[in-house]
Amino acid sequence: MSKKSWFSNLKCRECGRLYDKEAIHICEFDFGPLEAAYDYEAIRGVLTREVIESRPKSMWRYRELLPIDGEPTVGTQVGFTPLVKADRLAKKLGIRELWIKNDTVNYPTLSFKDRVVSVALSRACELGFKVVACASTGNLANSVAANAAAAGLKSYVLIPANLEQGKILGSLVYGTNVIGIRGPYDQVNRLCSEIAGKYGWGFVNVNLRPYYAEGSKSMGFEIAEQSGWKLPRHTVVPMASGSLLTKIHKAYKEFIDLGLVEKSEFSIHGAQASGCSPISTAFKKGTDVVRPVQNPETIAKSLAIGTPADGYYAIRSMHETGGSAEDCTDEEIVEGIKLLAEYAGIFAETAGGVTVASAKKLIESGKIPAGESAVLCITGHGLKTQEAIVGKVGEPRVIGPSLREFESLVAEEVALKS
Amino acid sequence: MPTIRIPTPLRKLTNNEEVVIAAGTTLGAVLDELNTSYPGLGERILDEHGGIRRFVNIFVNDEDVRFLQEKETPVTEKDEISIVPAIAGG
Repeated sequence: MSKKSWFSNLKCRECGRLYDKEAIHICEFDFGPLEAAYDYEAIRGVLTREVIESRPKSMWRYRELLPIDGEPTVGTQVGFTPLVKADRLAKKLGIRELWIKNDTVNYPTLSFKDRVVSVALSRACELGFKVVACASTGNLANSVAANAAAAGLKSYVLIPANLEQGKILGSLVYGTNVIGIRGPYDQVNRLCSEIAGKYGWGFVNVNLRPYYAEGSKSMGFEIAEQSGWKLPRHTVVPMASGSLLTKIHKAYKEFIDLGLVEKSEFSIHGAQASGCSPISTAFKKGTDVVRPVQNPETIAKSLAIGTPADGYYAIRSMHETGGSAEDCTDEEIVEGIKLLAEYAGIFAETAGGVTVASAKKLIESGKIPAGESAVLCITGHGLKTQEAIVGKVGEPRVIGPSLREFESLVAEEVALKS
Repeated sequence: MPTIRIPTPLRKLTNNEEVVIAAGTTLGAVLDELNTSYPGLGERILDEHGGIRRFVNIFVNDEDVRFLQEKETPVTEKDEISIVPAIAGG
């Protein structure tokens, strides 16, 4: 690969003003989010299906469309997770064809956040940061901690103090500085934006946000490539801040514009937990004014963002693509986790339960027609949120190490089957 | 007078002051006063109809004013107002 950078500027999504590629994240004039802009003409000349297919199987095979100047230095093996055809789950949910984009096995911390962190920390190194940090509902903290450790960067992760044990341990183990904040995520986030202004740290979701957010596009690129260089008719995406959904939309549009896929109809649907559903509530009401949720209450803690920064754009993406929004209760989330495990063999965290349960409702209501095909984005591993299913998936039956005891235990089941 | 915490991107307009003060008994009045002291600040925070911009969050003490009375939210001398840009995460 040449040394040329295809990444040209940061650009305000609201007013289009251009900014230099620094550690800044909002427009000084209207507070609109800054987004990476590229020299697409130059990219069109170099990025073909053949070039991409010749590269290693990681998210960096789409390197020209990710916002760093040089070669990636952090998380070079992240991404290219399996796209799994889930026939049994398709039948159970009553749809012709169903695929799972399985980021529960993303490397190294088992969630899609490794994608965004790989970009953010590679860029942080280019910008000369020695300390990196984040506000997180858990997965981002795990990924920042792990990738910073591997890269030799000092890190601070700030989380709501009441997160799941797995997510807290899954950060502590890397020797990061974990700071638990008494309060919901939105207050953690607010504190971080104040810290980011005061300390010279690279906050992946604050002053490095334009870089961080673009990493999510790689999930969309992979889905398109793994679908045989086609866009799926329907994609269901969990929404916290709404960023992932907007970036998958951007990824599909970039692939169309670059001629890597043919233009075809596609719809992107968003999924939330009913206990924190500011985006789906606004969408269902037919407005793009997202009313914050003050006290989120859901087992899907990774999606519990009451003030979703990209809610407005997520609603726009769903409207533009003819998609829809849905939300589900805690019971439905657990049911969704079990359906995915029992019918596709994939153990997802609560956010995955939200995606499956919401997809089920969208199929039942006909918003995703039964005769069509859908991809579900499953973004994090179930081992991280075990609390959510304790006591809800049965208990092992314990016996002595005796064939007699075993046979009396299974006799009835064997008799029924034979 | 209530104190106002200014976010980094707006400090160019406040001579790099992180915390400033402005008189007023409602949030709206404080913002007006702020714009008099630091010309240009108002249009960054408020849109052309005078509403708080989509990507701006304002807190009185620790409460988002969208849960209070928005620009009509009463403020006293002891209150701290924070202007915080919306940020992503998860």
